Amino acid sequence: MSTPTNASLATIPIHAVGEKSSAFEYLTTKKDELLGWARKFSIFPYPFVTACCAMEFMAVSSSPYDTDRFGAALPRFSPRQADLLMVVGTISHKQATVLKTVYDQMCEPKWVMAFGACATSGGFYQNYAAVAGVDRIVPVDIYIPGCPPRPEMVIDGIMQLQDLIARSRHPIVNKDF
Amino acid sequence: MAAGILDRVSEALAPTAISAAIAHGILVLTLAPEALTPVVGRLQSEFGFDLFLDVTAIDWLPQTPRFEVVWHFYSTEHHVRIRIKARVAESDAVVDSLRPRYGSAGIMERECHEMYGIVFRGNDDLRPMLLYEGFVGHPLRKDYPKDREQPLVPYIK
Repeated sequence: MSTPTNASLATIPIHAVGEKSSAFEYLTTKKDELLGWARKFSIFPYPFVTACCAMEFMAVSSSPYDTDRFGAALPRFSPRQADLLMVVGTISHKQATVLKTVYDQMCEPKWVMAFGACATSGGFYQNYAAVAGVDRIVPVDIYIPGCPPRPEMVIDGIMQLQDLIARSRHPIVNKDF
Repeated sequence: MAAGILDRVSEALAPTAISAAIAHGILVLTLAPEALTPVVGRLQSEFGFDLFLDVTAIDWLPQTPRFEVVWHFYSTEHHVRIRIKARVAESDAVVDSLRPRYGSAGIMERECHEMYGIVFRGNDDLRPMLLYEGFVGHPLRKDYPKDREQPLVPYIK
């Protein structure tokens, strides 16, 4: 029985049987790993952009830094089609109702990124108008500090979010279904 | 030419003002609140101050009267600015609205009203603009606690 020459390069366990040993007949993996692997490379962001961090968001999503490499290139301007809520900029109390509505409209699974100092903690706006951190309103998965953050920090944040997604449980059947 | 028009305004309106002075090239008239409407009427009709720039207020908290309302006007004919100030007390923080004369005054009076609580008599649309319905107090007053929040969405923790 001949051994496939590229078997040592495979990262997913391959069980080859019989004469068709060089083909991918079937794979074994775990459900959470498979769904996590699929989901971490298809993060459709919803950019909730309110302030000057938008400039950095444009920089990081265009070709020099290219978030398309992480599958996070295609902004969906409908929350129904989005997986990642990117809160980019200062959120005032008046705007918080809108942010909460958008978050509630997103379908599971969904993640939230606080982009920049204002979304993370309110930044230097500690006053009557600004929400001191969007985690007071919606649960936040990844925080990116900086005023504004460097594109490298945003990319690092996306990669950490991918790790988080890959490590997470991905229930297919939950209490609602 | 700019100095000429300010001299003429100063000469004509100084008798009705508490004080009149030139500061950084702007004529500053300090008025009693009652004198506002007639003085602005003359500025607009006689001296060509046709552009309403701004109205805001200053909170001099320990002093009485507590508030100072400040207006700025510009003349597109003479290219000069003029500043008008009037002091009002906290218990009677009312001045005349200039919306009948300058349409653009309405929006700025709304902002001044919500931030400082100045009432503009004659402006019947003083709804909140930057703030929201249900906001208690006036956030730019000195006695508004600087960290007091009035969230519309309940916090999750």
